[in-house]
Amino acid sequence: MAIRSFFLFILFFSSSLSPVFSLYEDQVGLMDWHQQYIGKVKQAVFSSQRAGRKRVVVSTEENVIASLDLRHGEIFWRHLLGADDVIDGIDIGLGKYVITLSSGGSILRSWNLPDGQMVWESSLQGPKHSKSFLLVPTNLKFDKDNVLVVFSNGRLHAISCIDGEVLWKKDFEAESFEVQQVIQPPGSDLIYVVGFAASYQFEMYQINAKNGELLKHESASFSSGFSGEVSLVSTETVVALDSTGSILLTISFQDGKISSQQTPISNLVEDSLGPAVIIPSSVSGIFAIKTDAVTVFIRVIGEGKLEVVEKTTHEIAVSDALSISEDQQAFALIQHASSEIHLTVKLAHDWDGNLLKESVKMDWQRGLVHKVFINNYIRTDRSYGFRVLIVMEDHSLLLLQQGEIVWSREDGLASIIDVTTSELPVERNGVSVAKVEHNLFEWLKGHMLKLKGTLMLASPEDMAAIQSMRLKSSEKSKMTRDHNGFRKLLIVLTRAGKLFALHTGDGRIVWSHLLRSLHKSEACQSPIGLNLYQWQVPHHHAMDENPSVLVVSRCGPSSDTPGVLSFVDTYTGKELSSLSLDHAVVQVIPLPYTDSTEQRLHLLINADKHAHLYPKTSEALSIFKREFLNIYWYSVEDQNGIIKGHALKCKCTGEVADEFCFDTRDLWSVVFPSESEKIVATVTRKLNEVVHTQAKVVADQDVMYKYISRNLLFVATVAPKGSGEIGSVTPEESWLVAYLIDTVTGRILHRVTHHGSQGPVHAVFSENWVVYHYFNLRAHRYEMSVIEIYDQSRADNKDVWKLVLGKHNLTSPISLFSRPEVITKSQSYFFTHSLKAIAVTSTAKGITSKQLLLGTIGDQVLALDKRFLDPRRTVNPTQAEKEEGIIPLTDSLPIIPQSYVTHALRVEGLRGIITVPAKLESTTLVFAHGVDLFFTQLAPSRTYDSLTEDFSYALLLITIVALVAAIFVTWRLSERKELQEKWR
Amino acid sequence: MKWVEVIVSFILTLSFLSFPSCGFQSDELLVDDEEFGLEGAPQHRSPEPIPTRSPPVTSPTRKRHSDLDSDSKIQFSLDHAFGDSDFSPAGTFSARLKTWSHGGQNLLESDDFYRIRLPSNVLSPPGRDFIISSVKARCLPRESLDEHFVIHMEGVNVLAVNYGSPGSCPYPRNLKLPAKWSFSSHTVLKNSEQAPRAPVFTEEILGGENAEGEVVQPAERSFWAKYWMYLIPLGLIVMNAITQAMNMPEEQATGQVPAQGQPSAGAVQRGPSSAVRRR
Repeated sequence: MAIRSFFLFILFFSSSLSPVFSLYEDQVGLMDWHQQYIGKVKQAVFSSQRAGRKRVVVSTEENVIASLDLRHGEIFWRHLLGADDVIDGIDIGLGKYVITLSSGGSILRSWNLPDGQMVWESSLQGPKHSKSFLLVPTNLKFDKDNVLVVFSNGRLHAISCIDGEVLWKKDFEAESFEVQQVIQPPGSDLIYVVGFAASYQFEMYQINAKNGELLKHESASFSSGFSGEVSLVSTETVVALDSTGSILLTISFQDGKISSQQTPISNLVEDSLGPAVIIPSSVSGIFAIKTDAVTVFIRVIGEGKLEVVEKTTHEIAVSDALSISEDQQAFALIQHASSEIHLTVKLAHDWDGNLLKESVKMDWQRGLVHKVFINNYIRTDRSYGFRVLIVMEDHSLLLLQQGEIVWSREDGLASIIDVTTSELPVERNGVSVAKVEHNLFEWLKGHMLKLKGTLMLASPEDMAAIQSMRLKSSEKSKMTRDHNGFRKLLIVLTRAGKLFALHTGDGRIVWSHLLRSLHKSEACQSPIGLNLYQWQVPHHHAMDENPSVLVVSRCGPSSDTPGVLSFVDTYTGKELSSLSLDHAVVQVIPLPYTDSTEQRLHLLINADKHAHLYPKTSEALSIFKREFLNIYWYSVEDQNGIIKGHALKCKCTGEVADEFCFDTRDLWSVVFPSESEKIVATVTRKLNEVVHTQAKVVADQDVMYKYISRNLLFVATVAPKGSGEIGSVTPEESWLVAYLIDTVTGRILHRVTHHGSQGPVHAVFSENWVVYHYFNLRAHRYEMSVIEIYDQSRADNKDVWKLVLGKHNLTSPISLFSRPEVITKSQSYFFTHSLKAIAVTSTAKGITSKQLLLGTIGDQVLALDKRFLDPRRTVNPTQAEKEEGIIPLTDSLPIIPQSYVTHALRVEGLRGIITVPAKLESTTLVFAHGVDLFFTQLAPSRTYDSLTEDFSYALLLITIVALVAAIFVTWRLSERKELQEKWR
Repeated sequence: MKWVEVIVSFILTLSFLSFPSCGFQSDELLVDDEEFGLEGAPQHRSPEPIPTRSPPVTSPTRKRHSDLDSDSKIQFSLDHAFGDSDFSPAGTFSARLKTWSHGGQNLLESDDFYRIRLPSNVLSPPGRDFIISSVKARCLPRESLDEHFVIHMEGVNVLAVNYGSPGSCPYPRNLKLPAKWSFSSHTVLKNSEQAPRAPVFTEEILGGENAEGEVVQPAERSFWAKYWMYLIPLGLIVMNAITQAMNMPEEQATGQVPAQGQPSAGAVQRGPSSAVRRR
């Protein structure tokens, strides 16, 4: 005990000596890596500039606008718009401005193409919500000024391309009018706005592009109604489907006269199956419809006559049209064949002739082609060449040219859903390992260089050599387990349903796997990946097995759709097996029990509150039966404001006997009054967290016992009025209540109200404390509070004699059914930043002091010592308290610029911070993900248990050699002297 | 303000229940989180099960109680269930007449859950949902069946009820049958605490300079107090120097003294070595 507390004291002392985590300039990139992504591309526009670097501007589903190098796929510049600022359209105006329309068509911005600086921004209002369109006509001039045509929120705007000023606007206020297309025929001064009214009437407005004057308004009604999108087949003809999806309507509005023709699909395709949808494209003269199995390309010949040109059962993707000369339009078509994709480029009016036909080998792991964007260039022989940019099912982006993949970007990593880690294989003779060190000479040379660096003898070239040697150290990217536990695999699940394994050493992708079970199938229409769990972590007696992870997903957005489980080997990335469940998955509970092959038992709760045990083996069942009465869990119903506790009851009483299915019952419930409280945050401790000691030695030789329970739940509720944005309520009608609830018995251990406070609440729970962040409306500042909970029932175990005589209750089992005797301490502090995420460092044994990792609004990660959030801080700490490491109380938490974990980098769109303990006690691994990824190692109390990486072994060696030599020399000398003395 | 009165009277009833035979009732306990039936005061505890459903009659608060009776809404029923059985009424909260004798023994033998439920709203029961709480049955029996309620309130709403034994319930729960199959209850009402405000040091920020000056001044100590550790050695050195200076003339007078001293010292040092040589 004494030794422990002494050790702790030493720790505190050492950490108080170096409270700031910081990094020297030459240490950047040694332990950390940073990767930049953009997300799944929605729209791409190629810059048609002749001179300068070729680039493509893309908008993505992560709300990023980026300019990419067309030669290598690198990012020139990139902007992340806010989460609610969804990009509706992008285009390039005047060859030098990138125009973006976002936020449901209400914000129009212009960016400078070469460097991405914003040129102007204008806000567009309108009478009602509608689809939005952005057109950049090439030849529509208005006082020598190019004009942008924007339709948004039920209003048509003409906007100057130079300064974003609105030149004219025209409202379309008719209640039921739904705009479908805005057309600007090139070479004319007219704008057509077409759409549906009351779902059976076709409306056409002809507008003068010069001044917004309404020239003509025609309408025609179709009794059969409309469904889905319309396809534009020429500047004055559109094709739509009727409400049953079985009749094609060809509507032309030449010269302002609406004429139409109806063609049943069955006339064109004999074996048509079910209702069809139009694939949106803008190739003139041709459109495509898709039924369940078939995709049909149909050509429009003259007066509404239709002709089928191709019918295919392959998965297909079509690009928009690209005009390559005055009257010629080309488009790209991609078809899947087994392991290849076929790219064809055709002219719009000539289906049978191909401009280009190429086959490209494609990794199955990338899935289907979702989008195609085509661009042309002049070949060396003056003919037209084509390159296409394709977006795959796994959200990756590839550039194809001359039948090859020129570059690819793994942009699926921009949307990570869940992260877990896996150990690497143990180094053994059989395991192939990257070569350790080249030879002794190289090793010695390296260390001599380092020695020179330490003694400040190195020339600048030597310094550069040292730096590159450190960065490229093969040690950190080996594929085997290391002694310190720094090398691991980060297994990440992306929104596209792809699993990636990233090496923590350098962030490279070790393997990636598009889950077959997350592939769209008939049984599972829109599968969504939910979570990753560690299924099998072999150690001890199952060393030969590979570790595996469990991926839980479900077949649709609602929580009662059936779930899918898949098991993936983390060394190879192979999908071991997958299970399509016949029940939904509402909650997954990893149990703290493993079977003889180290497979973890999981309990899956379905929508009817039945519990299903996995794996379905008899061994698992027997383990489970033993612990049957000790399994409790809770569920949070956010919408109702109810938290319930559950336990198992008996076997399922259904018609089908399933011995792995169990009935459950409610043990307790907490019902928050709906008129005054709304749940905004629930946090528990991490399951795998290690706590080193229960006792905390406080200043005056006193001991406090932490209340450490795995079953504590932190809940934060706010007033329903105050759940909106900050500042939408007055301090009087807003409050925040924090609860600590025991999840076995439902006891509320602590309950505290912060008046005048508001969410969003970010919280983190560790050991016996919880830290939460919220907004204080009275002080107009963000605040962070800490609650620490201590066990009083053990508080009287301070007497040494009691301990000696064994009259203490430290070893007696704790039952949560006893009445808890706890005390809580809490304190609040102001904090400058708003937060995006919060986490806490975790180490292998839990000895090292903790740091909070705060994801700031600036997309950086800030490390803050837990000692700043200690409820025992006082304004004037006593001498004893100072020695213990208590910092004098201040009203706000300091932000020390050196303690930014991400140093100069930004993790754009930061969503989560994950900490993983390394084997070395002092060190923890931190992985922050958003649109970007960032990984680093962190030592909250410095690396007190190992030498630093740049430690000069050569210097040590030379010192030892010199010392030994000196010992010998002095020995000889003294011997000789003694001899002389003797002879005297 | 009507409901506040109702609450107060409701709290009062609760307190009466837990002190059925006690004459004196302090009003102070209502606002505090104190227990109404402290374990340290066994003489107050009723050895009998709580006798009646009707409110206890105590002279100082009778009047208020009759007020309460006129408003019968605030009396809520308490239901209980044995293990997995359905909830059955255990009486209104004010009097737990039901005993366990008809299902309790089985429950104790199987150590199943004893569950209770309350309406979540005392004015319009059952409110949105029932509040459930439960405990392992073997935690309850002592002399009689001892139970302990902590009811968390928010206005007229009951947030949660923590139900269990008043003391500890150590893990190997042994089967023990109570002497009396009736309940003795202890009830605590809890409302939310106010969070401590973040410390604001605005005064110091406003008068920053003055405050600093004030801080420095008390630190000002006398010259001696500050530098005594330097002054004492200095004094010693000076004294030493003076004595040396005083001796100096004497040394000059007897010039040979130090010259003699040195060899003698040398002899002393060489002593052991000569001894070695002699060996």
